[in-house]
Amino acid sequence: MAEVPAAVSGGWAPVAAVLLGALAVAAALLDGALAGRAAGVRSGMGRPVGEVARLLRQRRRTTVAADRLLWRIGGAGLLGMALMIITVVPLGRWTLFDLDVGVVWVNALDVLAWAFVWLTGWGANSAYALVGGYRFLAHGLAYELPLMFALVAPAVAASSLRVGEVAAAQQGLWFVVWMPVAFVVYCLGVVAIAVWGPFSPALGRDVAGGVTAELSGVDRLLFLAGRYALLAAGAAFAVPMFLGGGAGPLLPAWAWVLVKATVLLAGLVWLRRRAPALRPDVFMEVGWLVLLPAVLLQDLLVAVVVIGG
Amino acid sequence: MVTHLAFWGLAVIAVLAGVAVFVVNSMARASYSLALSFIAVGLQVLLLQQLYVGVLVILMMVMEMAIMAVYMNMFMGMNPAMMSMNMVHGARHALPVSVGVFLLLAAGALFAPWPSRRGSPPADVTAALGVELMGPKMLAMAVVGVVMAATIVSGIVLAAHRTRYDRFGDDLRRRRPADPQPGGVRR
Repeated sequence: MAEVPAAVSGGWAPVAAVLLGALAVAAALLDGALAGRAAGVRSGMGRPVGEVARLLRQRRRTTVAADRLLWRIGGAGLLGMALMIITVVPLGRWTLFDLDVGVVWVNALDVLAWAFVWLTGWGANSAYALVGGYRFLAHGLAYELPLMFALVAPAVAASSLRVGEVAAAQQGLWFVVWMPVAFVVYCLGVVAIAVWGPFSPALGRDVAGGVTAELSGVDRLLFLAGRYALLAAGAAFAVPMFLGGGAGPLLPAWAWVLVKATVLLAGLVWLRRRAPALRPDVFMEVGWLVLLPAVLLQDLLVAVVVIGG
Repeated sequence: MVTHLAFWGLAVIAVLAGVAVFVVNSMARASYSLALSFIAVGLQVLLLQQLYVGVLVILMMVMEMAIMAVYMNMFMGMNPAMMSMNMVHGARHALPVSVGVFLLLAAGALFAPWPSRRGSPPADVTAALGVELMGPKMLAMAVVGVVMAATIVSGIVLAAHRTRYDRFGDDLRRRRPADPQPGGVRR
């Protein structure tokens, strides 16, 4: 049994934020490189940098009778969510917030995506943005319950909702090995809350960018950065939940956490150009008739193993 | 001291956000004011060291308000530009009644002779709270939860406009269902 991580002072929070930022920037650069390769240009990796510079200088677009308060809250909210999620993710021996219900904490935060993405679509007072917001909620109705039950499996196996104890419970065997269904569904959930890849119809070109249709300048930058940060935070949270936490040879535990998070993050970024977009109406049935029963069976299996073993 | 200040600050936020529900003129703002009010209450519960219940309050209420905002906006056909919604109906009677009820409950909370603490909190406060609330009726309550979920499902099945006869034909012989909106798993 490995040691359970200890909480460090809140003064380390900026370091955690910088680490999350670094992961998010790496994800954006990788996405730029992949986009460049797909388009056959060399300078793909520099594109996200140029885009940041462009958005920082861009003037804000205004729309008639926008609900500005809710619009801004929604746009900035995703980044805040990601920052709150990583407070309970242990980095080797350290964690910022040693909450004994850390798993539920992350679950409560991922539900906030419902509010923030929809509010971003609502606030602009633009038809296409609102259509995008409703597309996200339609996805949400299908992915949220499977995601919740996917988080149940590691917690049941570890008999704890404390993230550090869940990580410590995987010393013999990583949870991803014997609960692959829960892991896959969890990854789908992460991709969904980041409005990424298969879940990007909410930002679809067919609705002029959907939720982001009227976003410009710093607001757009915050929203896009929030998506990358959520992807990174979701990958980081998968490490203690499914990928054995800091376990690994040679390197110290904190380095293994970063390595595993980076590899999973790269996989999720790569997925964007490999997986088809999931139409909300079609995915609804997949979520309720395939994913939910599958992940419930996974939970049952885990519960039987835990009680029997 | 800091905990006390935070608790009272959150209490003020919860009440003001609750008032805002009836002051703002858009369904989105009303829904999310209510969500903010509930989040403040959830944080108060966290301050009381009921961590599981507190986080769960926040989780449930944000999701609930997101769904409420969706349905309210869908049925009322609202957009931010034509904000002219009023959450108050029959204000002449409702206002004094609600203010009276609030004062009564607040007075009850403030002036009740609360017992002073005996002993110390148990290790698992969530389990202790559950036992205190439900005691020997725990099994019955757990079963009631399942019955409620089954009731919701049956309610939706009964309320659904299209039945299996619409989908599979009068003799249920059709192989592929005739759905106006085909689903994702081709059942």
